[in-house]
Amino acid sequence: MNKEVNTDIVRPKQIPRRAFAAIAGEKLIELIIRLSGVSAIIFVLAIFFFVFREALPIFFSDHFDLFKFLFNTQWYPTSAVNVRYGTFALTVGSISITFLAMLIAVPFGLGSAIYISEFCGPKQKESLKIIIELLAAIPSVVWGFIGLTVMSRMIISITGAPVGVNLLNGGIILALMSVPIIVSISEDALKAVPDSYREAALALGATRWQIVYRVLLPAAKNGLLAAVLLGVGRAVGETMAVLMATGHAVQIPHGLLDSVRTLTANIAAELGEASVGSDHYHVLFLTGVLLFLLTFAVNLTADFVIRGIRRK
Amino acid sequence: MADAIDPATRFAKTDFVIRKERIQAISKALFLIMVVIMIIPLLSIIAYLVYHAMPSLNWEFLIEAPKKGMSEGGIWPAFVGTLYLVVISLAIAAPIGVFAAIYLNEYAKENWFNRIIHLAVINLAGVPSIVHALFGLGAFVYAAQFGYSIISASLTLAIMTLPVIIASTREALASVPASFREACWNVGATRWQTIRAIVLPNSISGILTGIILQVSRAAGETAPIMFTGAVFYKAVARGELFPYYLNEQCMALSMHLYTISTQVPNVKESIPYATAVVLLCSVLVVNASAIALRVWLRNHKKW
Amino acid sequence: MEQTTNTIEIEDLRLAYGVKEVLHGVTLNIHRNEIFSIIGPAKSGKTSFLRCLNRTIDFISQATVSGTIRVDGEDILRLKDIYHLRRKIGMVAPLPVGLPLSIFDNVAFAPRCAGLTQKTDLAEIVERCLKQAALWDEVKDRLNTLGTALSGGQQQRLTIARALSHQPEILCLDEFSIAIDPVTTMRIEDVLKELRKEITIILVTNLTQQARRLADRTMFLLNGDCIEIDRTEIIFSDTPGNRKTYEYVNGIFG
Repeated sequence: MNKEVNTDIVRPKQIPRRAFAAIAGEKLIELIIRLSGVSAIIFVLAIFFFVFREALPIFFSDHFDLFKFLFNTQWYPTSAVNVRYGTFALTVGSISITFLAMLIAVPFGLGSAIYISEFCGPKQKESLKIIIELLAAIPSVVWGFIGLTVMSRMIISITGAPVGVNLLNGGIILALMSVPIIVSISEDALKAVPDSYREAALALGATRWQIVYRVLLPAAKNGLLAAVLLGVGRAVGETMAVLMATGHAVQIPHGLLDSVRTLTANIAAELGEASVGSDHYHVLFLTGVLLFLLTFAVNLTADFVIRGIRRK
Repeated sequence: MADAIDPATRFAKTDFVIRKERIQAISKALFLIMVVIMIIPLLSIIAYLVYHAMPSLNWEFLIEAPKKGMSEGGIWPAFVGTLYLVVISLAIAAPIGVFAAIYLNEYAKENWFNRIIHLAVINLAGVPSIVHALFGLGAFVYAAQFGYSIISASLTLAIMTLPVIIASTREALASVPASFREACWNVGATRWQTIRAIVLPNSISGILTGIILQVSRAAGETAPIMFTGAVFYKAVARGELFPYYLNEQCMALSMHLYTISTQVPNVKESIPYATAVVLLCSVLVVNASAIALRVWLRNHKKW
Repeated sequence: MEQTTNTIEIEDLRLAYGVKEVLHGVTLNIHRNEIFSIIGPAKSGKTSFLRCLNRTIDFISQATVSGTIRVDGEDILRLKDIYHLRRKIGMVAPLPVGLPLSIFDNVAFAPRCAGLTQKTDLAEIVERCLKQAALWDEVKDRLNTLGTALSGGQQQRLTIARALSHQPEILCLDEFSIAIDPVTTMRIEDVLKELRKEITIILVTNLTQQARRLADRTMFLLNGDCIEIDRTEIIFSDTPGNRKTYEYVNGIFG
């Protein structure tokens, strides 16, 4: 059948060894690749090191007390007579605004993810995902501007509040910002549930809703939790939008229409004024350390939750 | 025999099924409403922004410098400044990010060390932008003595975008089937030869898409550049293409929007809106093109 | 055909993925220029065995290999230049893998990786290998089209051509026929019979009849244990050395 195959020329000439330059070039590029691989660790450590280094001198200041820093509500960093560095009101501001944002964003995010993943056809799915992706791209400063103008006017006209930049405004803006990330991660989590589950349920006569409720939600529980956690991480760390949309009062809010200030916004608002090397300046860096550790914890937890699913 | 089931009712819906279907319809409608509630207001907000920006939106606004204490004029210096920051930061972040992703996806074995790298990438992605600003200030402006400059701001932005570039590149690399790699190894190709000949050419489009998406993120960030290199105002001639040196501060669109909407009194009303619209549109155009590229490539796959 | 020189000598080869051992001490010799077939049910460690031979087992994390494998007297488990080893051993995977390159580049890939850059040499190798794999006539007019655009059977022959392109002394085929039709299988079997004059062929197969048709000697591998190695006629006779072999090749394996 293959009489024309000429097997006499199996080894016509030996293939040469690779040139030394080629091998050396390859070693070099692999070295670069390995160094880049380690860079992420270096950067995380560097961030902690440099922020902490600038914060360190505050521990030797007379006006500073770590307990008061964490649990005192009074923040008077520039007072001439009675300097106070209590960040508790700021922490409460961050927590309350994150909580409010999640209260709005989680149901909408999960609901949208379920709709996109389970209820709509492929065309609709494609376009909705693109819209979600575009929403995620809107810069935070533009969100802040929307809060400052559009949202603020709407809040004033609907509630009759004297100022429109407040907890409610920031919460809504932050919710709108967090929805895309929650949607896309929960959608991934739902997608990760094997189709065989759905098919098995369909074969048993379940409706789409029953599949979602009884099969998908339990199966994708961890992924959805991780999505919410990452949304929280994003909301806690958000700076510009809350700076512009929440007003500037350092206080523990008593209602939705109170102005608040968050840890992040506080740094952004005051770092420019604090003179380099002053206690005020160092305290702001210490707030940064606090934020770093906070988001570190949230992200680690989210990762462990996600890994939990992979293990199974 | 007389009890034979009537074919007409045999497959008829029972009450139970009807109720089930009603729940299904309601739930579907509910979820659809959630999607709509999320999207409609946003579109109207954007329409509102554009409507208010209309009086200022023209070519002159883009290439003109701000005038009268930034209360009038255009946004050219800020626009160019943003271009500077984006290009330089991505020129730094993209190679490191792509190489790091290659390491994680192609070289790293599963052990504790690479697990730590993975965690570092995740945490780097989660560090708040204002903490990046503090880091940039402490590390680049003071410790490295770059001062308040474009280079400090770009480096800060680069580190911020790095983890996302790593993540998207990894995803692109992982989409190349493992069987291709094995086929290469089987014929005596080294890891790098495999990567260069097969893995990179078949994932480069996904990698590029990920990097383009970071263009918009870098352009929109404000906090990291606010304290490292962006400045309120800098005199730049109309339409000048290369107005900045790398060791100078520059204006940036995002920073400009923040400044004129919160700090500068008596700004002509349409100017902040127009600035927001220009920023928003640049970001959305970049993103949309990345998405279009991705869709196009998905339809032109080689395998 | 009396061939007594060994090209591969394996002693007490053990392989474990994590704590789970999949090869429990396999010892065998493979002679030069023979067709050596390995039969056995799924999950017996046949593919893992081949992975050890060309050291692609290195890419699997948590895999630990012990024992010795000598190829032409060289202990390959302690070898530095594994790329040279892999060029010495051609490997054909069960599912055809056309790399997303042109047909020409698919075959020229290995010589290029080895450092060959001369266009004329490459063209010569490509033509020879494609002819040997019985694919040349079908693709000689479209060498610049994508290898992935070929049909399954053609891609498998392309894979064989690629495995031959680095001038191996040993060719391993891992269940090459599971994704292609019987006619193509027969063509490739003819190719193997021709190649046998020049190189050693290790054939892992699920089709016992294929082993019977082609192989000089056959090994029966069961759950990581080598049950029997003998001349193919004996393995497939009514009186092989082990009862399990008889049961397996006659399909009464329980």
